[in-house]
Amino acid sequence: MSVLIFIDHTDGHVKKTSLEALSYGAKVAAQTGNAAEGILLGTVADDLTLLGKYGIKKINRVNNEILNHLDPQLIADVLAEVVKQTGAKIIVFPNNVTGKAIAPILSAKLKAGLVSGVVSLPDTSNGFIVRKSVFSGKAFANVSINTEIKIISLNPNSYQIQEPGGTAEIVSLDIPVGASKIKALSTSKSSGDIPLSEAEIVVSGGRGLKGPENWGMIEELAKLLGAATACSRPVADEHWRPHNEHVGQTGLAIAPNLYIAIGISGAIQHLAGVNRSKTIVVINKDPEAPFFKAANYGIVGDAFEVVPKIIQAVKQLKGAQ
Amino acid sequence: MKILVCISKTPDTTAKIAFKDNNTKFAAEGVQWIINPYDEWYALVRAIELKEKDPSTTLHLVTVATADADPVVRKALALGGDEAIRVNADSHDCYYVAAQIAEVAKQNSYDLIFTGKETIDYNGSSVGGIIAGLLNMTYISLATKFELNGTTATVTREIEGGEETVQAALPVVVSCQKGVAEQRIPNMKGIMGARTKPLKIMEPVAIDMLTSVVSFDLPQAKAGVKLIPADNPAELVRLLHEEAKLI
Ligand SMILES: Cc1cc2nc3c(=O)[nH]c(=O)nc-3n(C[C@H](O)[C@H](O)[C@H](O)COP(=O)(O)OP(=O)(O)OC[C@H]3O[C@@H](n4cnc5c(N)ncnc54)[C@H](O)[C@@H]3O)c2cc1C
Ligand SMILES: Nc1ncnc2c1ncn2[C@@H]1O[C@H](COP(=O)(O)O)[C@@H](O)[C@H]1O
Repeated sequence: MSVLIFIDHTDGHVKKTSLEALSYGAKVAAQTGNAAEGILLGTVADDLTLLGKYGIKKINRVNNEILNHLDPQLIADVLAEVVKQTGAKIIVFPNNVTGKAIAPILSAKLKAGLVSGVVSLPDTSNGFIVRKSVFSGKAFANVSINTEIKIISLNPNSYQIQEPGGTAEIVSLDIPVGASKIKALSTSKSSGDIPLSEAEIVVSGGRGLKGPENWGMIEELAKLLGAATACSRPVADEHWRPHNEHVGQTGLAIAPNLYIAIGISGAIQHLAGVNRSKTIVVINKDPEAPFFKAANYGIVGDAFEVVPKIIQAVKQLKGAQ
Repeated sequence: MKILVCISKTPDTTAKIAFKDNNTKFAAEGVQWIINPYDEWYALVRAIELKEKDPSTTLHLVTVATADADPVVRKALALGGDEAIRVNADSHDCYYVAAQIAEVAKQNSYDLIFTGKETIDYNGSSVGGIIAGLLNMTYISLATKFELNGTTATVTREIEGGEETVQAALPVVVSCQKGVAEQRIPNMKGIMGARTKPLKIMEPVAIDMLTSVVSFDLPQAKAGVKLIPADNPAELVRLLHEEAKLI
């Protein structure tokens, strides 16, 4: 029996969300008396033996370029075979774009119970119960997985990466890969260096910033803090910012360590996507803005005066470090 | 062309989230139900646009829900679509729902099945993929654009770190998000017409429950905001550095 962790990668590099999944999977394995193994499909530049440091002794590979491309059916077919060969009983995915595409198909193929959006370790004292985020971050559900094979998809930024140390043995699996029915025509990278879903700090702007021409200070602050940028829905609707920056109930749900909201009122639908952030800072000129109720730190003031001063102070801090 | 759109009902986005029966059930009393925004704004509207372009298209809506979803289904029909099918069961878990929809799909062999990106109450992002898995159909998730050319779909979808435009032959299952279409408001003609459109009730097939919710709970309330004077933003930076240790 083993815990199998899906290792996602883009542009030849393993994603941070996968390191979280590896750390989580290693812990689940220890907790249930199993071995933890990774599975990496496709080709990467990274030295995979180093992934051992997250507590993983063995990484299985299917070294086939076709698998670099996201064809969920094809990948799930290969994974179903890997599950069979490794005898895995618990399969962990990062609940990122890739995980959301593949995990459900694997669930159908194996008739294995799937819980996605998991935020903490399972309770295995009586059955197998995982905690997941529901109602767009406004609540949690404790869900029992009743099948022998269980699939968990772990929310980004929910489990701290652990590095107990060690190296992993790499095992190549020989599994035939079919032909893809999904043909790629073109790709475009999103702006910003740090993917929003993985960012530890997010600087976000709302309609209070008046127009796209005023985003310079948002981007500057983000850059100084190594943060990603986000926005409220009307800002994306009015095309001030790209739609993939839109967070909230109908946008991306994020859980960074620090969320800085500038000129955002804090409507319930916006909060739904950001209320899992560990610390929230709100800058708004209206003391009655609902966002202050969800904030840890706040400044009641005009963003156009406050933000440049914050930038100044951060520059001083970084200069002093 | 035969299109199926999966419609789910969800509590209104401003609804108070509370639980009852020892925190095992959502307290639905007094809650206003709406069509799940991703299903309404993107999946359904794009399907309606495809039918407007090719009026020979058959457009069915499906929901797995008990009778209290009927007003929501009628509202969806007021936007467009020829008929709706309601599988008369609670939406127990994502596999259960997907398996019921797959049964409906088997009877009508749709060329195209649209779902929303996710439900805003369960946030599974799973039903579309499971349907595709059960029917062995091509699955394209998190679409931001959808075009149809004969029997070829050209879809822009979200991938890690960006977007990708892909092509696939029908039949396909597509989960839809922002970009695929623009929200519409139903007009009077649509609302009147929806009353006479068929809403077929089907009994569910027997499907095992692979997962089950044991209990719900609410996040802990925040301790309260620490306000920093507007003339001293440097104090905020100091607190974030020294107290919160975040920067
Ligand atoms: C079904 C549904 C789903 C939705 N989903 C989402 C979602 O996913 N994400 C989302 O964000 N919204 C969503 N919304 C919209 C949401 O209800 C709000 O309308 C939206 O979040 C408001 O955006 P905002 O705070 O940027 O703008 P506003 O509400 O206009 O607020 C602007 C804020 O800026 C402040 N301000 C103005 N000038 C300054 C200044 N100079 N300095 C500092 N502060 C200033 C104002 O005091 C105000 O609080 C949804 C709505 C519905 C009905
Ligand atoms: N009970 C249901 N009936 C019909 N369609 C549903 C139901 N639940 C979910 N769906 C569809 O599947 C999508 C994803 O749902 P979920 O996997 O729950 O996030 C939704 O946006 C709907 O299109």
